[in-house]
Amino acid sequence: MKAVITNKLTKKFGDFIATNAITFEVEEGEIFGFLGANGAGKTTAMRMLCGLLTPSSGEAQVAGFDVYTQTEKIKQNIGYMSQKFSLYEDLTIRENIKFYGGIYGLRLADINDKTAGILEKLQLQNVADALTASLPLGWKQKLAFSVAMLHQPKVVFLDEPTGGVDPITRRQFWEMIYEAASRGTTIFVTTHYMDEAEYCNRVSIMVDGKIQALDTPKGLKETYRVDSMDGVFQILARGTSTK
Amino acid sequence: MRKILFIVEKEFKQIFRNVVLLRMMMIAPVMQLVLLSLAANFEVKNLKIAVVDQDHSTFSRRLVSKFQYIDNFKLTGFTPSYKLAEEQLLLDKVDIVLAIPAHFERDLYRDNRSGVQLMVNAIDGSKAGIASGYAATIIQDFNGDIRIENVPMRKGEVQQVDIVNQYWYNPRLEYRTFMVPGILFELLLLVGGLIAALNIVREKEMGTMEQLNVTPIQKHEFILGKLIPFVVIGLVQFTLGLIVAKFIFRVPMEGSLLLLYVFALLFLILCVGLGLLISTISDTMQQAMFVAFFMLVLFILLSGLFSPTENMPQWAQWLDTINPLKYIIEVARNTMLKGSTFADVRSHFFALLAIALAINGLAIWRYRKTV
Repeated sequence: MKAVITNKLTKKFGDFIATNAITFEVEEGEIFGFLGANGAGKTTAMRMLCGLLTPSSGEAQVAGFDVYTQTEKIKQNIGYMSQKFSLYEDLTIRENIKFYGGIYGLRLADINDKTAGILEKLQLQNVADALTASLPLGWKQKLAFSVAMLHQPKVVFLDEPTGGVDPITRRQFWEMIYEAASRGTTIFVTTHYMDEAEYCNRVSIMVDGKIQALDTPKGLKETYRVDSMDGVFQILARGTSTK
Repeated sequence: MRKILFIVEKEFKQIFRNVVLLRMMMIAPVMQLVLLSLAANFEVKNLKIAVVDQDHSTFSRRLVSKFQYIDNFKLTGFTPSYKLAEEQLLLDKVDIVLAIPAHFERDLYRDNRSGVQLMVNAIDGSKAGIASGYAATIIQDFNGDIRIENVPMRKGEVQQVDIVNQYWYNPRLEYRTFMVPGILFELLLLVGGLIAALNIVREKEMGTMEQLNVTPIQKHEFILGKLIPFVVIGLVQFTLGLIVAKFIFRVPMEGSLLLLYVFALLFLILCVGLGLLISTISDTMQQAMFVAFFMLVLFILLSGLFSPTENMPQWAQWLDTINPLKYIIEVARNTMLKGSTFADVRSHFFALLAIALAINGLAIWRYRKTV
């Protein structure tokens, strides 16, 4: 079973076509990079797949469930981390984990186990009862990712998870992503960092609401005869700006 | 069901952590109750009265002295002419002019009848009404006095009928007794509705709402999880308000306290539901504030808190059938002052229940997990 399947998935806002008939598939356990310039339609596409937006036309399935009719089933099987930090800043780290664990229907014993696990892994034991607001951004993002993984989702959607984060923490963040993928979770990630694109199994590049390229980083570099993902991105993005 | 408890727990933690808001929610209503109840007073006092006495007789002086003995009136002086009196009325120096015509006494003796004129500044209609009511009572009283003294009862003449007023349920016509129960519930509507509306819109602005919307949480779980904490806090506020009503304003509690709490609970579910409904149609706190204030002011003005609903035009009364504040204020006044039982206010109960169900149903229906 594929983790994500889309077929001519489209979202229009009035006359504006944010996402224009995109078609792709994501394999289970894959790290799928979803690239594009600002306003290319990445977030819109991702929000449709998460059941936050209803598509205008086209088809899509996430974790085997339909985005029109089975959004609640999708939601039980996905994790989501938005661009904006969206845990409760006025709750402690422990309380945030407990709340989301409860919302996903975990048992209290499981929540306690998971909490201990997350705190240990992120080395947050000393600040477990501090307000989330007091954490540095990098730690917040790692915590948000851990919370998004709390209910062991089949697919996790990460919308620019490392924006504004220092290189060392970004590195650690990607280690967490690899670990999750190695346990079979499909990772669907958007980013503006081209070095991060190199970490993905496959990368799609969106330009003006359409997918212009989709391949492994190696394949893309060969096709466009450049030696970095940055080069690929420049060619595709510039190609449209001179049109 | 379990998920609701997690939301309730989270809300309480957030509320208790927001010390400023918590203090506002507890102290502000009590303060408002005290201030509003002391200020909202329809008793008309210190009415400035000028007299144009063109008779200068014993009778005219007696009539004037009657006005002097009543607290509500303050005699500013005698004015020689109507024209000057009118001027004073125009300059707002007096509220009311009593004009006694020449031959007032003579006419009374000779024709057994005479007239005086009252000119009342009626810019504030209700004040003018009350003032002329007071004045009429005094003149009537004067009338009775001179009748007994000067007109020997002839055979067959009908004795004048005296009206003795007895005010039931609020024997001393205390405005506070009347206002406090109403204001108590007005504040519940204000605080319950507004705070609940702002709470969810804040989650929208913070982005936490989106995070909740990607979870498998169900609409009714979310709405109930938000409803319960604010209803509980509202009940605490209500209790504080009742204590103030009882011990500061000495408002009687003739009816069942339990009945009043049942109504308070129902009313709070309605108010918080209204707040939740407003939050589902607002994207920013400013929008929510504006919509909430618009509705609250409408509810309050049409509620009968300040002016009787019976005097309102038909369309307003028709609108009032969906005004929860109107029902609850009637219930509060009747239960607290008159000792009404459930049977007496049953229709109010069902009206409030229907509105509460409709509003909360709408809130659940309007709440969208997708954009």
